[in-house]
Amino acid sequence: MARFVAPRASSDMPDKEDTVDNAARPEMEESASTPPANAAIASVVREFPDAVVTEHSYASSDVTYHRVEVLVDSWVGIVQAARAAGFDFFIDLYAVDHYSQAPRFEVGLNLVSLGAKERVILTTRVPYDDPSVPTITSEFAGANFYEREAYDLFGIVFPGHPDLTRILLPDDWDGYPLRKDYDIGAVPVQFKAGSADL
Amino acid sequence: MSDATNVTDPAGEEAAAEPVQAASVADERRAAHDIWVSGTEERYPFAAETDEGAQEMLPEAEDPAADIQSGIAVDDDFLRESDVLADERQIINMGPQHPSTHGVLRLHLELEGETIRRAKPIIGYLHTGMEKTAEALNYAQGSTNVTRMDYLSPFHNELAFSLTVEQLLGIDVPERASAIRVLMTELNRVASHLVWVATQGMDIGALSMMIYGWREREVCLDFFEKTTGLRMNHNYIRPGGVAADLPHGWEDDVANLIDAVSGGLDEYEELLNENPIFLDRTMGVGVMTPDECKQYGITGPMARASGIDWDLRKTAPYCGIDQYDFDVPTGVHGDVHDRYTVRMEEMRQSLRIVEQVVAGMPSGDYRTEDRKVTPPPRARIDESMEALIHHFKLFTEGIQVPEGTAYQAVEGPRGEIGCLLVSKGGARPWRMHWRAPSFAAVQALPVMMTDSLLADVVATIASVDPVLGDVDR
Repeated sequence: MARFVAPRASSDMPDKEDTVDNAARPEMEESASTPPANAAIASVVREFPDAVVTEHSYASSDVTYHRVEVLVDSWVGIVQAARAAGFDFFIDLYAVDHYSQAPRFEVGLNLVSLGAKERVILTTRVPYDDPSVPTITSEFAGANFYEREAYDLFGIVFPGHPDLTRILLPDDWDGYPLRKDYDIGAVPVQFKAGSADL
Repeated sequence: MSDATNVTDPAGEEAAAEPVQAASVADERRAAHDIWVSGTEERYPFAAETDEGAQEMLPEAEDPAADIQSGIAVDDDFLRESDVLADERQIINMGPQHPSTHGVLRLHLELEGETIRRAKPIIGYLHTGMEKTAEALNYAQGSTNVTRMDYLSPFHNELAFSLTVEQLLGIDVPERASAIRVLMTELNRVASHLVWVATQGMDIGALSMMIYGWREREVCLDFFEKTTGLRMNHNYIRPGGVAADLPHGWEDDVANLIDAVSGGLDEYEELLNENPIFLDRTMGVGVMTPDECKQYGITGPMARASGIDWDLRKTAPYCGIDQYDFDVPTGVHGDVHDRYTVRMEEMRQSLRIVEQVVAGMPSGDYRTEDRKVTPPPRARIDESMEALIHHFKLFTEGIQVPEGTAYQAVEGPRGEIGCLLVSKGGARPWRMHWRAPSFAAVQALPVMMTDSLLADVVATIASVDPVLGDVDR
């Protein structure tokens, strides 16, 4: 992790190192008192003491983007704050199953600010026994299909979503295939006409 | 907001980028045909309430999530809808086998006469679980998988995946590898847009466009085949560089390609730019406003046709693409016709980049010489124990990638192609998420179609240029 987040370009911003340190301790609820160096990101996380900001640079590039991890209680709040701070271009919403880690599911929202030419990925974690993240379809109508996809493949529910149905899989599908405890290769074979049974 | 005013007023950018000859005739035509443009802006109340598309087709006061989990949900929404419809409205089902849906897209269209009142895209017919598959493949095999997602822009898919792996690894690729990547992706953009112009023409009745578009695309595919061995699904751009160096005589091939495609583009514009049927079928049809684009994650040429000046090649340059001169064309109206002009200009700009790449192709390695990523040459294995170990490790285990999460996006022909990789160490990704531009575009179809005519549906779908392999993955 530390190798990954280390800024490649020699930095003229001394407090960047502080935000990098936070990445090694993602469980930490209280962020370091130094605000992020980037003004646009700082205005997003200003009201959220639980936000953990890390800075990453693209491959072979000095251009950076930020990841902001918050508690699920702050999810809608920080999405609204990001939108108010100019991050109003919805790009992507995804889910990750960190199987065997304590808050098991991660939900991330990828936003772009056209004015600041910045990208921020807001993330939050929810536990296995209550995998629910408040919907953000009222902020970004485009999150609709993406939340349905996360529900379909991970079983994460989004209370308040207008149409939380399966989107890629058939409606009668059992289980959530992108979860890490979903067996691969366990689909029953239906057509066995050529087998030895006949 | 400051950026909002920026994007709705693209006057400065657009004046230089729009093809001049198209503007005069097209503008006259537009003045006479603004029926569907006017009023579109205030039709959609964003964010306040989401009453478009999927959710609107469901009866109110029903919790579909609960139904599905308890197993009493009706499989087919079509049946459920029929109960609640007013008499004068009818639902027709377009696809998934309809030829104008570009694959297996299915649309519920609720019609009042010939006017579409509601539309609901239904996807998943091509879902093969490629994100799950990616978790079982190592990083060297990963680009074989992702290249099959958006099968019209395989190089962009491979590039997005490779760059994300390189971001996790923290390695740089040689200059020549980057230049080859830019060359191939920009040619791929041309090839993809050629398919688009072919199918757009075909879908609205200009059948000969189909033949012309495929003719020029064939020249591009011939070059891809000569370089990579395959016409599609190349697996050519890999983590660490590219699979092989460019073939002998590639400069001549590219020069011939540029001549052929440039000539073809002039021919298309002669055919289409002043064609009254083409103009009537495209102008004011399928309008997206800049705000709608931002709400629905519409990127790439569609967003630029709506006036959003956003191109990842400029704002987050990859592979040193910022060292080449090119313009980003933007439109004003956000309709099918502006998407046409933007894409035509994008092809010219891509050819401009390709010319510069050919002129300045650096010499050197075509893949990184980092032995943790690239296997050593065969001859070295006989001489060096180190080389033997590296070779053995790479081919038995694969590239070892440190723990972390990385996101990297490239500007694909249809918009932002993004790859999110979560690594927990080891040779296989823990999770790969694909940000597919067609997925976002298909979601926005109801926004473009609602309250337009049934005949405009095919024009709108074609202008979105969806690739269903990318939508369903």
